[in-house]
Amino acid sequence: MSTRLSNTGRLVNRSAVKNFTFNGKKMQGYEGDTLASALLANDQMLVGRSFKYHRPRGIVASGGEEPNALVNMGEGARFEPNQRTTTTELFDGLTCTSQNHWPSLEFDVGVANNYVARFLPAGFYYKTFMAPRAAWKHVFEPIIRQSAGLGKAPKEMDVDRYEHFYAFEDVVVVGGGIAGLQAAKAAADSGAQVMLMEQTTDWGGRAPVDGAVIDGKPADQWIDETVAALEAMENVTLRTRMMGAGVYDHGYITGYERVADHTPGDGRPRHRLWRIRAKQIVTATGAIERPLSFAGNDIPGVMLASAVRDYVVNYGVSIGEKTVVVTNNDDGYRTAIALVEAGLQVPMVVDARSEVEGELPNKARDLGIRVEAGKAIGKVKGGKRVTGVGICLQNGEGGALEEVKCDAVAMAGGWSPVVHLWSHCGGKLIWDETQAHFRPDANRAPTGANGEAFVLTAGIANGDMGTTEALASGDAAGKAAAKAAGHKASRKAAPKADVVAENAMAPVWIMPQNAGPDLRMKMWLDYQNDVKVSDVQLAAREGYESVEHTKRYTTLGMATDQGKLSNINGLAILADSLNAEIPQVGTTTFRPPYTPISMASIAGEARGEIFQPLRKTPMHDWIENNGAHFEPVGHWRRPYAYLQDGETVEEAVKREVKNTRRKLGLLDASTLGKIIVKGPDAGKFMDMMYTNMMSTLKVGKCRYGLMCNENGFLSDDGVVARMDEDTWLCHTTSGGADRIHGWMEEWLQTEWWDWDVYVANVTEQYAQVAVVGPNARKVLEKLGGMDVTKGSLPFMEWAEGQIGGFDTRVFRISFSGELSYEIAVPASQGRAFWDALMEAGEEFGVQPYGTECLHIMRAEKGFIMIGDETDGTIIPQDLGLNWAISKKKEDFLGKRAQERTFMTNPDRWKLVGLETLDGSVLPDGAYAIKEGDNDNGQRNMEGRVTSTYHSPTLGRGIAMGIIHNGPDRMGEVIEFGKVDGTMVKAKIVDQVFFDKNGEKQDV
Amino acid sequence: MRRYSAFAIAREAARYHQGWERAWAAPEPKKKYDVIIVGAGGHGLATAFYLGKNFGITNVAIIEKGWLGGGNTGRNTTIIRSNYLQDPSAAIYEKARSLYETMSQDLNYNVMFSPRGVMMLAQTESEIRGYQRTAHANAYQGVSTEFISPQRVKELCPIMNIDGPRYPVLGALWQPRGGTARHDAVAWGYARACSDMGMDIIQKCEVTGVRSEGGKVVGVDTSKGAIDCNKLAVVVAGHSSDLAQMAGFRLPMESVALQALVSEPIKPCMDVVVMANTVHGYMSQSDKGEMVIGGGTDAFNNYTQRGSFHHIEETVRALVETFPMVSRLKMLRQWGGIVDVTGDRSPIITKTPVQNMFINAGWGTGGFKAIPGSGWAMAELVAKGEPGPLSAEFGMNRFIEGRFIDESVAAGVAH
Ligand SMILES: Cc1cc2nc3c(=O)[nH]c(=O)nc-3n(C[C@H](O)[C@H](O)[C@H](O)COP(=O)(O)OP(=O)(O)OC[C@H]3O[C@@H](n4cnc5c(N)ncnc54)[C@H](O)[C@@H]3O)c2cc1C
Repeated sequence: MSTRLSNTGRLVNRSAVKNFTFNGKKMQGYEGDTLASALLANDQMLVGRSFKYHRPRGIVASGGEEPNALVNMGEGARFEPNQRTTTTELFDGLTCTSQNHWPSLEFDVGVANNYVARFLPAGFYYKTFMAPRAAWKHVFEPIIRQSAGLGKAPKEMDVDRYEHFYAFEDVVVVGGGIAGLQAAKAAADSGAQVMLMEQTTDWGGRAPVDGAVIDGKPADQWIDETVAALEAMENVTLRTRMMGAGVYDHGYITGYERVADHTPGDGRPRHRLWRIRAKQIVTATGAIERPLSFAGNDIPGVMLASAVRDYVVNYGVSIGEKTVVVTNNDDGYRTAIALVEAGLQVPMVVDARSEVEGELPNKARDLGIRVEAGKAIGKVKGGKRVTGVGICLQNGEGGALEEVKCDAVAMAGGWSPVVHLWSHCGGKLIWDETQAHFRPDANRAPTGANGEAFVLTAGIANGDMGTTEALASGDAAGKAAAKAAGHKASRKAAPKADVVAENAMAPVWIMPQNAGPDLRMKMWLDYQNDVKVSDVQLAAREGYESVEHTKRYTTLGMATDQGKLSNINGLAILADSLNAEIPQVGTTTFRPPYTPISMASIAGEARGEIFQPLRKTPMHDWIENNGAHFEPVGHWRRPYAYLQDGETVEEAVKREVKNTRRKLGLLDASTLGKIIVKGPDAGKFMDMMYTNMMSTLKVGKCRYGLMCNENGFLSDDGVVARMDEDTWLCHTTSGGADRIHGWMEEWLQTEWWDWDVYVANVTEQYAQVAVVGPNARKVLEKLGGMDVTKGSLPFMEWAEGQIGGFDTRVFRISFSGELSYEIAVPASQGRAFWDALMEAGEEFGVQPYGTECLHIMRAEKGFIMIGDETDGTIIPQDLGLNWAISKKKEDFLGKRAQERTFMTNPDRWKLVGLETLDGSVLPDGAYAIKEGDNDNGQRNMEGRVTSTYHSPTLGRGIAMGIIHNGPDRMGEVIEFGKVDGTMVKAKIVDQVFFDKNGEKQDV
Repeated sequence: MRRYSAFAIAREAARYHQGWERAWAAPEPKKKYDVIIVGAGGHGLATAFYLGKNFGITNVAIIEKGWLGGGNTGRNTTIIRSNYLQDPSAAIYEKARSLYETMSQDLNYNVMFSPRGVMMLAQTESEIRGYQRTAHANAYQGVSTEFISPQRVKELCPIMNIDGPRYPVLGALWQPRGGTARHDAVAWGYARACSDMGMDIIQKCEVTGVRSEGGKVVGVDTSKGAIDCNKLAVVVAGHSSDLAQMAGFRLPMESVALQALVSEPIKPCMDVVVMANTVHGYMSQSDKGEMVIGGGTDAFNNYTQRGSFHHIEETVRALVETFPMVSRLKMLRQWGGIVDVTGDRSPIITKTPVQNMFINAGWGTGGFKAIPGSGWAMAELVAKGEPGPLSAEFGMNRFIEGRFIDESVAAGVAH
């Protein structure tokens, strides 16, 4: 049984008791506990079930590498699945439940899988569940899905807050162990701007647990002094609870800070994602101990030796009364010694090495611990908890020599450096024979834009196993990083530690060496995903020989711990099966993040209303308060229609059209793109951007223009006004403003960089109102000011002046076919001007109108709309806009493309008007269907609807469409197919449905 | 080939699974083949499979520089749908989708095709119109789709927030027989079947040169030496431009990184595939329980199989907005693949300036779903030397003629 000890626990504060529940059971722990240590202190070893066989699972580790101890945590809006208990700080009121079982943790029906495990080897699902065909979707897949997955899905809307921070540093050091501390100190002493981050709550990492002595002081003291020194330096930022999550190109590194996970609801953001640009990054991320592969190594109570030690030393928690230590190296003895020193029993250290001498083993022997060399664990007894182990010869087949009673097993399989962050951006690894691990290859570091390395590594993360070596490499990395960041390296010497001599470890990949298939089926590699030694061997046998194939076929390393415990052991088995060397087999790719980070932290503050920036015109509030039914247009929200009391949207639209055509309508046209093009070469530039001739436009005049992309397709349109000799104002569509601005800049910056032209997007600098309808002039005259009569301001001209005391720029242009003035005022005056128009317009029947009314009025007039008549495949010629394409210009964007054979093909579909025979509205997007099928068995088509509306003015459906040879087929009746297969008949007509001669607009 | 079945598993279980054979052989290259296919991704392997199955051509080598299925075939988000807008696209994707229906049985390898339904959300007025147009086109292209209401969207996918606040769901284009499949299994299943027909799959062998005589292809140089062939089919996705360069011509194509990510696994909560193009993100739940999430491409060309972090951010933000429950899940892993994007974002299945050399590429961000249809069409082109109806429109001359097959018309992304 595991329990709290009375005499140890350097991290827990016994005076601060924390209450929590697990599966409804009330438990207590202390401040400083992790959820895992608190559970263990309450003898809760069994915490979950494995993925595939639903086997009982206990805690095996004490950090981010934990594969088993994941729980559902919190409730309601703070519920979260898969919380790793080993990295969860205990807090008062914490509630959690175990996962992946039904009906209960103790009794799980899913464990049936375990009893038929023999029939469920790696990849079994690729070989079966194929008949009958429909059964996969309806029977097998639902069953598999139900039994897979881990925690439950959250249901409620998250109530917590998340944020992003940005930082720019000379040197970022990841990992606050002694190597990281020393690296930060050395870099800071050299004058660099340094950030040091540590994922746990405490500085110092493993050294204090392992009893290191640095510069003659206990590790804890050295750590406190170093942290204090760093805190006192202005050029240093220290963060605990912050994990280096991912390293990206050009020194970009993300830091995941768990600000308030342990204080839920205190108002602070829960997580903070730091996005840091670093000139240099030092990864001092430590190492992770490897399990050993022996039969039954997944039974709760079998743990990493380092974790057993952590729980005793850091949290004052014993895993068991009697712990058997099994090891292939000297470090395992530290655990045995720590346990005995804490007053616990270690019946035996099982050491796979045939010769065991040296400082640590001898100290263990001196303490009276029985050390068995050349031995292995042949089997583990127990179901939901270890009760004993069978000892055998390591170089045998597993025949039991002896049984030892115990309630815990501590495995020490050697250490693997944490190379993830080093590898994320392309850092390469080398295989270290003596330590049997991969470590960073300093000669093949990730490189930045200048071709120089930007990631360094230090401490045990670099494979420097000894304390002195770790301090020295931390010191060297800190200085080198500072130097690479442009500072002069400090000349202070690195601290030194007392040396503990350790003998070589022996790579032991399975225990015992000649175990047969029955034992190999019980040796777990990946605890969460239930991948065993036999599975990797099966993959190799079946030809899944590449590591990536093995990984994917067996799911080794694909669980939430991403193989932190299993990968190297799995690789070794694979290499052995293939008769290859481990480095030849290689590793799978390390991908960010190091351990999973919350989606919410990635999204940051941008959610709900501020999910994307909301652009507002000066009239936005008025619009919102006057019945607007909004539609999103880019980042704007525009009124689709203004609903009056009790009106439906359709009724409102109808009313708006009628009112504007008969009396007076106001449209907030501020979203319309406005781009200034200015400079000595502006005319030349305008002629390239537009199909029309713009350089000859007279000052004071307006011209409707078309823009095409280099493939000749129509991309935007709008009215251009010539402001003065070298200035043009281009109106673009609302959705197109930013795109067109970017497009202009792209050409100017990449192709025509030697032209003297500047472009500026002034869309938001002006508010613009379209004053539309027969009474338009009357309302302006009532407000008084500049002359807006036909004589002084004719159609397609513009002028500046005052109206009603406002500084305005008035364009006589019309998108509705009505008498229309588009009036721009400085944005700050927009709302006042709008109000003035509404007030003055009252006697003339003024009403605001929305985008749908705008669309209908333009369709009644046969004007095209970008995005309706165009879709990225339409050239102006398709729309009968040849008149807007200059024949005189040598070149413009799209000209050459429009000369290609398919573009000049007479068979292209062309724009016409369409009228249903029965007056109904043609369905949006309907295709004109022709007799017969094509070679692929699809119905032949001869055109399609591009815009279709009910016209309130004409009281019937009107539409535009592009039809094969359309303009030559006026009066012909063709058929449009509905989605249900029935047809609607429509006549091909002229696309201008209303006021064909344009008499209304030119008054 | 020993057939896979529940009985075979039972038989093997009795002897600790020691009797399973290799799924595919690992031969050394021969001197010469009738057809060499470069690239053992899904498209290359499917091409080989249909060369054998439809045309009886089995003296074939499939040469792969890494491990089979290790390109984009093994790193995509596995969405399968055929509700494309343009006729040629709808034809080839629907052919592919229908072949997915029976692929497990055809290959005797469970590829876990799961026709759970794919919906593409309409969140702006123009998206509504775009999808209504697609629905109309599909009705006459033999593709079964439907434009559904927001209420139906919610019924099919209860974890979705259809009420905005920024982009309320206005409807969706729904293809009930779209879905997902297990990507690795598709590659492995084809590889096993090809190997069984006597074809040679040669892994860890990089093609470094294309040899031709008198304008006609005669073989390739590889890291395992020169290999001769009568016909050469290049099916290497993001590296197509390199192979074209080896043969002395250029392709209208760029390579960019596309990223994806998964959450930690959770119990089943989403039974359909959802694509949200306005906010730009899409999601489904794998059989393992992970939420599989895909996003956008980088705006610059590269070959690193890594992408920029801000794209991950943009995608996750879109997902949190659309599915609030995502907020309290964690990102387990992110990765990238190099996708081959053409000028009109549609594929190229084509003859080339070099006689008897053919290229199939440009599937870009959405070619997993096309694998069987593409292989079918490519096999026909290689076997007959002329395109059949499925690939007729996908020749690369279309860029010279301006005859684009543009799908971005209907949707911003084409996964
Ligand atoms: C993140 C991401 C998400 C995606 N999501 C989807 C989705 O949801 N749905 C969908 O339909 N599609 C999706 N796709 C696209 C899809 O993955 C690809 O279109 C498809 O897999 C391409 O298959 P392929 O066989 O053409 O290419 P690949 O699978 O990339 O195969 C090409 C092969 O050629 C090999 N090769 C290259 N050069 C050489 C050489 N010189 N010699 C020998 N061999 C060589 C490569 O190693 C590789 O194995 C996604 C792609 C990515 C990256």
